[in-house]
Amino acid sequence: MKIWLRKYSENKLYQGLFLLLFIMVTSLSLYLAQKSVVAFLLLLTSLLLLYYTKFSNAIKWSAGLLVLVVLLPLSASGGDAYESYMEVATMVGIYISMALGLNIVVGMAGLLDLGFVAFFAVGAYTYGIFATGQAANFMPFGHYPLSGNSFWVFILLGCFAAALFGIILGIPVLRVKGDYLAIVTLGFGEIIRIIFNNLDKPVNITGGAMGIPSITPPRIFGIDLVNASQFYYVVLVILIFTIFTVRRFEHSKIGRSWKAVRENEIAAQAMGVPLVRTKLVAFAVGASFSGMMGVVFAGKQTFVDPTSFTLLESITILVMVILGGMGSVPGVILGAAVMTILNLQVLTELTNWLNELSTSGTFVIPDAVSPAKMQRLLFGALLIIFALYRPKGLIPAKNPVYKMEDLSSGNVIQLTEKKQSAEG
Amino acid sequence: MKMRKSMSLLLSGSLALTMLAACGKSSSGSSSEGSNGSKVIKIATQTPLSGGSATLGEAIKLGAQMQLDEQKDKFKKLGYELKLQPYDDQGDPKKGVANAQLIGADKQIYGVVGHLNSGVAIPSSEIYEKYKIPMVSPANTATEVTDRNLQSVNRICGRDDYQGPAGAEYATGKLGAKKIFVIQDKTAYGTGLADAFKKSAEEKGAKIVGYEGITVGEKDFNGVINQVLSKKPDLVFFGGLYSEGGLIIKQAREKGIDVPFMGGDGLDSSTLVEIAGKSVKNVFITSVAGDTEGTETGKKFAGNYKKKFNKNIESYSVYGYDSMGVVLKGLEDAIKENGKKQPTREQVMKAVRNLKDFQGAVTKVSFDSKGDNDFAKFFVYKFDDAKYPPVFDAEIPKK
Amino acid sequence: MLNNILESIPQVAIDGLTLGTVYAVIALGYTMVYGILELINFAHGEIFMTGAFIGTAMLLLLTGFGWVSALPAIVLLITVLLLTALLTGLLGMGIERVAYRPLRNAPKLIPLITAIGISFLLQDLVRFIAELKKGNYIVTGPSLFTHQIKIHTSSISSIFNDASIKTSFIIVLVSAVIMMVVLDFFVNKTRWGMAMRAVAQDRDTASLMSVNVNKVISLTFFIGSALGGATGVLFAVQYGTIDPYIGFILGLKAFTAAVLGGIGNIRGAMLGGLLLGVMEMFASANLSLLTGGVFGAEYKDVFAFIVLIAVLIFKPEGLLGKPVAEKV
Repeated sequence: MKIWLRKYSENKLYQGLFLLLFIMVTSLSLYLAQKSVVAFLLLLTSLLLLYYTKFSNAIKWSAGLLVLVVLLPLSASGGDAYESYMEVATMVGIYISMALGLNIVVGMAGLLDLGFVAFFAVGAYTYGIFATGQAANFMPFGHYPLSGNSFWVFILLGCFAAALFGIILGIPVLRVKGDYLAIVTLGFGEIIRIIFNNLDKPVNITGGAMGIPSITPPRIFGIDLVNASQFYYVVLVILIFTIFTVRRFEHSKIGRSWKAVRENEIAAQAMGVPLVRTKLVAFAVGASFSGMMGVVFAGKQTFVDPTSFTLLESITILVMVILGGMGSVPGVILGAAVMTILNLQVLTELTNWLNELSTSGTFVIPDAVSPAKMQRLLFGALLIIFALYRPKGLIPAKNPVYKMEDLSSGNVIQLTEKKQSAEG
Repeated sequence: MKMRKSMSLLLSGSLALTMLAACGKSSSGSSSEGSNGSKVIKIATQTPLSGGSATLGEAIKLGAQMQLDEQKDKFKKLGYELKLQPYDDQGDPKKGVANAQLIGADKQIYGVVGHLNSGVAIPSSEIYEKYKIPMVSPANTATEVTDRNLQSVNRICGRDDYQGPAGAEYATGKLGAKKIFVIQDKTAYGTGLADAFKKSAEEKGAKIVGYEGITVGEKDFNGVINQVLSKKPDLVFFGGLYSEGGLIIKQAREKGIDVPFMGGDGLDSSTLVEIAGKSVKNVFITSVAGDTEGTETGKKFAGNYKKKFNKNIESYSVYGYDSMGVVLKGLEDAIKENGKKQPTREQVMKAVRNLKDFQGAVTKVSFDSKGDNDFAKFFVYKFDDAKYPPVFDAEIPKK
Repeated sequence: MLNNILESIPQVAIDGLTLGTVYAVIALGYTMVYGILELINFAHGEIFMTGAFIGTAMLLLLTGFGWVSALPAIVLLITVLLLTALLTGLLGMGIERVAYRPLRNAPKLIPLITAIGISFLLQDLVRFIAELKKGNYIVTGPSLFTHQIKIHTSSISSIFNDASIKTSFIIVLVSAVIMMVVLDFFVNKTRWGMAMRAVAQDRDTASLMSVNVNKVISLTFFIGSALGGATGVLFAVQYGTIDPYIGFILGLKAFTAAVLGGIGNIRGAMLGGLLLGVMEMFASANLSLLTGGVFGAEYKDVFAFIVLIAVLIFKPEGLLGKPVAEKV
């Protein structure tokens, strides 16, 4: 058994075969048993397995894309649950993007941010205001609502607007540190939410607590995007862009400066890292991903109101980052996926199932503790268990370690490249 | 290290595969056949069951559950087994939409009773519309819910732009209020109601001496009450729910503000009396609910509810009860029209919309072309004593 | 306009102090734990909430017995306060044991996850128990100390209006002051307090000086949670109605107060709490007057946060915090 396992872990062929088999079985079973959430989840798990194989990055990426672009939608599309799976997948994509953004701020630059959802809100409202009649209330020119074609421009605008807010937030950050920073960002998040909640007077900009309904859906090649399965691809494209950018940043000069600032500000400064600029860039870049996804979110929901942007939401995103492993890109992706799927799908299905059992009389539960209302409780319990058993995060961040002789012989660069390809 | 990881992965992988096999079996086992050969029809409720506003969501769910349990036998005779499928939207639009997709995917679900928050109902109903699942709302008063003219969306409660003016008419007319202070809770419900009231009261010649917002979930409202104290209004209107309303009334009375208070159907709850105690005297509420305890069905409902769940009725429980009644009536009509064969969702949706003169425990229901209730006329109740329910005071017909 | 503001000042000050005292005592719990572990104990608000429920349950139970109502209400309250403090103190110790101690060497933010998990658990557990017992989880306790006292502030100066005080406010204030004074004495003057300060400064060195670090941390959690629970009871008495979700907002405000005063600093937490309470009350009573109705009371939290951010920009270590010299 042990020998066999070792062989498996070292042999690419075995890994490839097993993975292929796994993907085939799961996608087939998803195709046949449309209602099986387990099959859907296992198909997603194949991406995790893929991550742990020893293939080169190019193969991993193309295999992963194949699963996400073709296999997943195709095998889910046969039945009634198609849109529901795609809804979950879309939300997972949105949250991964946000978590990756927060990961830059918290994980890489070490700045604890408790008001991150504000940037998401900025993005969502940017599109929401201009894609409805709201903008006509305060804009002296132009014709509102804008058509759905403008959505694609707004993804960029949302990105810039959020980045701008990130810099505005960043300015007080230059003075406060640690947990004081946490409370300043928390305050900022709450201020943004309260302002959005009250900006229906004196001029009605955000619709206040009533929110902005009937947002124009995005339009491309004359087709309106209204279904979750269509947004899935939009989110996927942005997500891949995000992952790519984050990866590039991580190993760039600015990425190394972030880590230096995180480890020791004074030492970093002494080595010539410009503190102010580094921190501001972290806030701006992190915020911009959120802003983009905010625009997509507004287009998908066709309705935005302040209840989507509470403090709890910021904390949830932070938990995704910590749970996955701060600073680790694959970890954060996994953390965000686990949290979102748990909350949106697994817990709902689980409590439905328990509820079914209790109504059909298998066992009786008093109404005060009916399973349908236990979602938060289960969520809390799971968080504690995760944290206790994986205290460094699901996939902890790895920092490359160099040997003395390599450093002196000057082949570090080569090594770094190798390391990167191994990390995937 | 690497090996241990892959081993655990492999093990979990194989474990998962076995699970998958087991699951495939179980999912094929639970087909649409019920336990005794009759077909299963599920009705979903979608309300917040955990989180801050769970009491209200729970009340809707329990009301709906009661109606469903009562009608089980009737549907058994038609050859169908009714089941309730409660969903928890946590008052979160994202969760609501995700649940709506799950509801749409479950072909056994033929109707939805929900939601509590308009902010959740609006995006979720877009999904129901795609799947042609009728939604009957017990509580969403925001105008935008039905103003989008969706075929699937109906509500039995009143709209903000009916209820606000109804309250304003009574306040300026019978109570003769000239200076009114308006407080609202900055939620979609509270803002909608308070704005409609304010506009209508101003048209009727009253002066709005103050218009302030509070934060839901807090317990200390003395800041706003101090403003009321210095403005000396002769009526205070509160747009919001009873948990904040009760405390505002209590804290205001402690400060010696004894002018009448007025609110909407969100205050209509036994908990209001529990919170405010004796200070609930001289509080007026508007509600589409006819005198629940006055009618025979209403009395029966309150009694049964207490017996079944060991809880006092909330205002929303009876709306949940009637919403479910409307859904089931539509379902029944559709089944009959279809010659006792299983109807499609679209047929049920149309049957619900075409409902005429349905007599519920709280209100009569006929839907107009937008899905608003034609019979949503408003009643005004007054608390004379620390006792729930309040005393019926006046009836204001729909304009 | 200025006249209007001045008129209401006495009343606003009293109401602000009431709220501020509650913030201050909860903030103590945050600040103590932070001082020792550098951990934001997000579950602290929930401990406060649990305390409020335990206290209300006891009050309801005791007033149910005929013979207890013969006792003066103040004796009743003190008994309930002490019992609740004991129970929530133990609860806090238990939470530390289960959720924080195993993670003491983990990365700094990981305990945040367990803290949030514990919050969700406590909220729902309390809710389920309340529902099983009462059928509804919004619970209203027996009304004690509701007598109103009028203070003739107008006799001091004619610009003020009269203010009124609930008797319970005096009780809240007195008990809170007693708690804070005793705590201050305990931390600064006793052996255990010295041990606590030692652990806060340097855990490893303290353990070398034969301080039992685990015990000290447990004790800190016990005291912080006991104070939180006792405040819960005071809160329930003052405001009458509680629900399982009060902990979140109040905890947040108290945490803000702790930071405002300088986190880790006990006197700072007291000052921060009182300031925040008064500021909030002032804002909600006067914002719309000051801005001519453009910004109403709903902006009170924005106002409070802006003041906080301003304070931190000019004094990044909080009002009473000491600037930490960075070791290089």
